[in-house]
Amino acid sequence: MSEPLLELDGVHTHIGQYHILQGVDLVVPKGGITVLLGRNGAGKTTTLRTVMGLWHASRGTVRFAGGDITQSPTPDIATAGIAYVPESMGIFSDLTVRENLFLAARSVKNADRMDEARLEWIFGFFGALKKFWNQPAGTLSGGQKQMVAIARAIVEPRKLLLIDEPTKGLAPAIIQGMIAAFRELKQSETILLVEQNFSFVSALGDSVAVMDGGRIVHSGAMAELADDRDLQHKLLGLSLDNHQ
Amino acid sequence: MTTISPVAPQDSTLPKVRVDMLPLLLVPVLALLMLPLVGSFPTWVTLTVAGLAMGMMVFMMASGLTLIFGLMDVLNFGHGAFVSVGAFTATLVLLPMKGWVEADSILMNLSVVGLAILLAMLVTGILGWAFERIIIRPVYGLHLKQILITMGGMIVAEQLIHVIWGAEQIPLQLPTTFRGAFIFGDAALEKYRLIAVGVGLTVFVTMFLVLNRTKVGLLIRAGVENGEMVEALGYRIRRLFVGVFMAGSALAGLGGVMWGLYKETLTAAIGGEITVLVFIVIIIGGLGSVGGCFIGAMLVALVANYAGFLAPKVALVSDILLMVTVLLWRPQGLYPVAKR
Repeated sequence: MSEPLLELDGVHTHIGQYHILQGVDLVVPKGGITVLLGRNGAGKTTTLRTVMGLWHASRGTVRFAGGDITQSPTPDIATAGIAYVPESMGIFSDLTVRENLFLAARSVKNADRMDEARLEWIFGFFGALKKFWNQPAGTLSGGQKQMVAIARAIVEPRKLLLIDEPTKGLAPAIIQGMIAAFRELKQSETILLVEQNFSFVSALGDSVAVMDGGRIVHSGAMAELADDRDLQHKLLGLSLDNHQ
Repeated sequence: MTTISPVAPQDSTLPKVRVDMLPLLLVPVLALLMLPLVGSFPTWVTLTVAGLAMGMMVFMMASGLTLIFGLMDVLNFGHGAFVSVGAFTATLVLLPMKGWVEADSILMNLSVVGLAILLAMLVTGILGWAFERIIIRPVYGLHLKQILITMGGMIVAEQLIHVIWGAEQIPLQLPTTFRGAFIFGDAALEKYRLIAVGVGLTVFVTMFLVLNRTKVGLLIRAGVENGEMVEALGYRIRRLFVGVFMAGSALAGLGGVMWGLYKETLTAAIGGEITVLVFIVIIIGGLGSVGGCFIGAMLVALVANYAGFLAPKVALVSDILLMVTVLLWRPQGLYPVAKR
């Protein structure tokens, strides 16, 4: 396994009176896709939000690229090189696709100065964005909005992408396209991908961690889990069969 | 970087950009509908220009408040304090430089009013910064406490005005060249009202350009919709909050100077008296929408002016009736701002 890019060590997170993360230990190696699996309410989204500083850990440490970011404010975490695609996609619907990407391109002050080669690379994944470049993002379909959300995360090079359930609510045809896009993306990016759709991530993931009850209950290579139906059943339950 | 097949080519029906024109038509349609009711064309022109001038001044005072609510989710019932402070600060320039105010020179008049506006905006901007840090910051997310503490802040500000400037009314003289009217046929258009329209339009166009053509403006619009995501992109939304609060307070100060010159008499309650009208405007416009606020201000002022002429008793409740009618039609206001 390559050197760790992100390490969570005994992370606890409380939201109000609820104790959601109860000692998460997770290592995301540099390069490739690490998949975070688990049932609803297992703590996957809370883990991403804790890494991003949107909720702060009450105990434990979060280290990114060698530095402690446990209590860092969200903007500092973002500028350290982590991009976040929330489950809700978080696109700005009143702004155009171009403006959405421009805001994510922190290094440029003028939208016309965005890296054209990088944009063409993105259009290679998500061709629809070029067509809808000047459309308000709120007018796009669910799949197109997801493309905007992911494109925004990669409009400039980042060290780590946190992506929360990108296939949620999308049509199977669009999911197939997403698989192709992620397969290309993982050649150059490190991704921590939260998903419930096992058939989607089993084809993509390099390593996997499974959460239950606010803890990591399994971690290892994705290939091992993909090949072991008993382990899948044990870790992910019957819902897994529904996805396959 | 490699190029691969685009994702989901079948998912590419071009969505049409829907521009909501109906609210934009309200102002001209209202004005045209009133023409036969008013009866006399010159009177209608005078009433309409007066309404537009008042609307522009209300817009100046309300535009900052709508952004403050939209971006920061803060109900600032103390916004009127900045109007009062702005108007009273202007007296620090206009009263000592009375000679420039009374001079029959447009250059001297513009200079003295410009200086008064600059000082008022500077003072109210700095006051806004202090107000945000001391009064607003502890109550972010707590609407009831926001209402109570900002109303308290306004009472304190009014009392401080009494302490500094005294409890008596202060007459504020309109500069000589701003007085009088241009006569077009039988219609008289007061010069100061035309100046107010010009200043209001300048403020609106400037805000429009800043919000649509600059990165800071886009961040403000994005922050109104989803502040958390703006932070996740690496921007400090708190700094935007402070900047918007200062700008909104400075705009209220500008509105206060214009409003004070319009009324030609200042009392400490000048801001408090207009607070309800300002809230009606931002509710009609759609909380957080500058464009909606602009149309709302024009509608409120025009309806008040026409009602005052046609049915003076109705004029007392015309703003409330207008708000009820608009909210029955569009419960989120004319241009609702998308929220996460």
